[in-house]
Amino acid sequence: MGFLDKHKALEKNVSLLLVGSLLVVSVGGIVEIAPLFYFQNTIEKVEGMRPYTPLELAGRNIYIREGCYTCHSQMIRPFRDEVERYGQYSLAAESMYDYPFQWGSKRTGPDLARIGGRYSNEWQVQHLTDPRSVVPESIMPSYGFLSKTKLEYENMGAHLKANERFNRVPYTVQQIENAVADVVAQATPDADISGLEERYTYDGRFNVPLGDFDGNPEEITEMDALVAYLQMLGTLVDFSTYVPEDNYR
Amino acid sequence: MRHLSGTIILALGTLLAVLAAAFAADSLFRIHAIILALTLGIATIVMLRKVQVSGGKEVDRSGYMDEPVRIGVILTVFWGIVGFLQGVLIATQLAWPEWNIEPWFNFGRMRPLHTSAVIFAFGGTALLTTSFYVVQRTCRARLWGGDGLAWFVFWGYQLFIVMAATGYLLGITQGREYAEPEWYVDIWLTIVWVAYLVLFLGTLVKRKEKHIYVANWFYLAFIVTIAMLHVVNNLAVPVSLLGVKSYSMFSGVQDAMTQWWYGHNAVGFFLTAGFLGMMYYFMPKQANRPVYSYRLSIVHFWSLIFLYIWAGPHHLHYTALPDWTQTLGMAFSVMLWMPSWGGMINGLMTLSGAWDKIRTDPIIRMMVMAVAFYGMSTFEGPVMSIKYVNSLSHYTDWTIGHVHSGALGWVGMITFGAIYFLVPRLWGRKQLYSLRMVNWHFWLATLGIVIYAASLWVAGITQGLMWKEYDDQGFLVYSFAESVSALHPYYVLRMIAGLLYLTGALIMAWNVYKTIRGDVRSEKPMAASAMQPAE
Repeated sequence: MGFLDKHKALEKNVSLLLVGSLLVVSVGGIVEIAPLFYFQNTIEKVEGMRPYTPLELAGRNIYIREGCYTCHSQMIRPFRDEVERYGQYSLAAESMYDYPFQWGSKRTGPDLARIGGRYSNEWQVQHLTDPRSVVPESIMPSYGFLSKTKLEYENMGAHLKANERFNRVPYTVQQIENAVADVVAQATPDADISGLEERYTYDGRFNVPLGDFDGNPEEITEMDALVAYLQMLGTLVDFSTYVPEDNYR
Repeated sequence: MRHLSGTIILALGTLLAVLAAAFAADSLFRIHAIILALTLGIATIVMLRKVQVSGGKEVDRSGYMDEPVRIGVILTVFWGIVGFLQGVLIATQLAWPEWNIEPWFNFGRMRPLHTSAVIFAFGGTALLTTSFYVVQRTCRARLWGGDGLAWFVFWGYQLFIVMAATGYLLGITQGREYAEPEWYVDIWLTIVWVAYLVLFLGTLVKRKEKHIYVANWFYLAFIVTIAMLHVVNNLAVPVSLLGVKSYSMFSGVQDAMTQWWYGHNAVGFFLTAGFLGMMYYFMPKQANRPVYSYRLSIVHFWSLIFLYIWAGPHHLHYTALPDWTQTLGMAFSVMLWMPSWGGMINGLMTLSGAWDKIRTDPIIRMMVMAVAFYGMSTFEGPVMSIKYVNSLSHYTDWTIGHVHSGALGWVGMITFGAIYFLVPRLWGRKQLYSLRMVNWHFWLATLGIVIYAASLWVAGITQGLMWKEYDDQGFLVYSFAESVSALHPYYVLRMIAGLLYLTGALIMAWNVYKTIRGDVRSEKPMAASAMQPAE
């Protein structure tokens, strides 16, 4: 009964029991999480990824606020049926600027990883306002109040700054300083977008949905922001230059 | 001068909350700070009425400190009913979407309210309460740190619940499952949790027993590991020190791994290790038998806490998480089956020599059913973590069914058993108001869980197969919307199952209330109707 006797030491000493359990529960996390930060191949090499524009980021925050992740995933698995239903399977690189990630865990509604550009702005607004008017089987709640709620975007610069902290998202000083102007430029029809274009062109591509999103050009609402976000989801990476074989992990 | 320092701290807290509301950087933070100020303000007034400047009788501090345990039992019942009712409501929303009321009561905001209400409010209060009770008895020592520390931990945790819950309805969330509260609520929980750890360790240190009892190993592992998980997973950069919004420290694939390392171990340590601590005290007590195997409890304790931490990646099978991490997570999840069943066997076999109690004692019956569901769901879990099975089950309602056979079956039933054990003892009553009502509670809950799990198995597998079905021309057969409407009958069944479970809990609440009042129901004794064994 050697091992039972040795265990008695742990049972009689609080510090040993505390340190022992802490050591034992630390191992798994260290082995599984830490290497993901150091292995270069964890995130694939792709072209076209860019940080969110301030309007998209505001829309993403509404997506999080309303708990969309409780019913929608943003992670297409590499199966034939998922690729045919939703499009190219998702890459790790596509959520590299997602603080936090929104891969989700449940599909009460369909996956949204590549919803961008699939439907018109009008369809998105109609569907968010009254889901069953366009999809009779839908059990989604309605989000009509977004069209009536003015977007709070005066401090989007601080939001970009918080993303940039500790060199996380490579937002430039210009992008942070012009955050409010960029919200207005992206959501206003026929606005002067030269500044926005200059600041958000990556790998030679300016790939940003523009214009009035909610059907009400007078005002920038939360609906504008959310639809702007939905319309860019999964559209950034240029898959014509992506080589899967180079990125096996 | 009792209660004076507590009252002053609460008053200062109220003042700070008012200031935070006045200088808030965004409208949500302002509303949340007003809610905080109101909560603390009411608490200040309640405390002011209790302050005794001089005189008053001395409080006896020689015995165990059971006042927080008494309030904790009542709050556990209360939060349980809130959480179950919230579950029935969101189940109704999934069956009939007209039940969504935008913006505050839409499913997306109500669902975190349900999960947090059952895990953190019901489960957390149950764990805090029973750990206070158990650690004092098994150490033969009063809670360490004076009465102030215990009350701080107890009410500090309740404040966390109120702030988290009101935040969800307002739309204040980090968007991380089971870790939704925003940065400032997280900091508050960290403070409370460290105080809890200090309180628990202090009580263990001043114990009058030579050995630390096995239930306390599990409680300790639960407290320590939750501290580690909570701090790491909630690392974030706030936009403003007076605003609600923060951005997580990690992104994408690393963030996903960190979140599910946390998420799975919220199950492993909050909902398993902590409740195993409960099992190791209340089951031998109620059965009046010693724990089955001392050696098994050592082996399964260390292997359980070591293996659980690795299982997180099975929530991310076939995602953009690298394959090596997924496979590692799957392997450890399958291994986890063994220590889980070690706990189940140790619990069940504690009844050896007293199996007749399942027939005669509805409280034992409840505890045995809890352990049986623990065994069932810790077998189902490893099966679902196998990548091939997971390719079908992931993203479907099967997962929801699995979680509920653990939460309703294991966590719920073992807690009900502990409550029925505690109430007569805490209030000095000879017996419960009614054992027959415990029996009713048992059958309503069991029936509810069985219907719940069965309907969501069918729903989940239906969903998974419909998404994957091809016709002979090589086209997908079903649109996504068709898979949604196919689930309607199962969603209705699930709502009814939840209603049964809720009804059982309401019966318990009545039973607890009448027991506290000291009433005894005139009813035929449970054992009398049963057949007598052959002599």
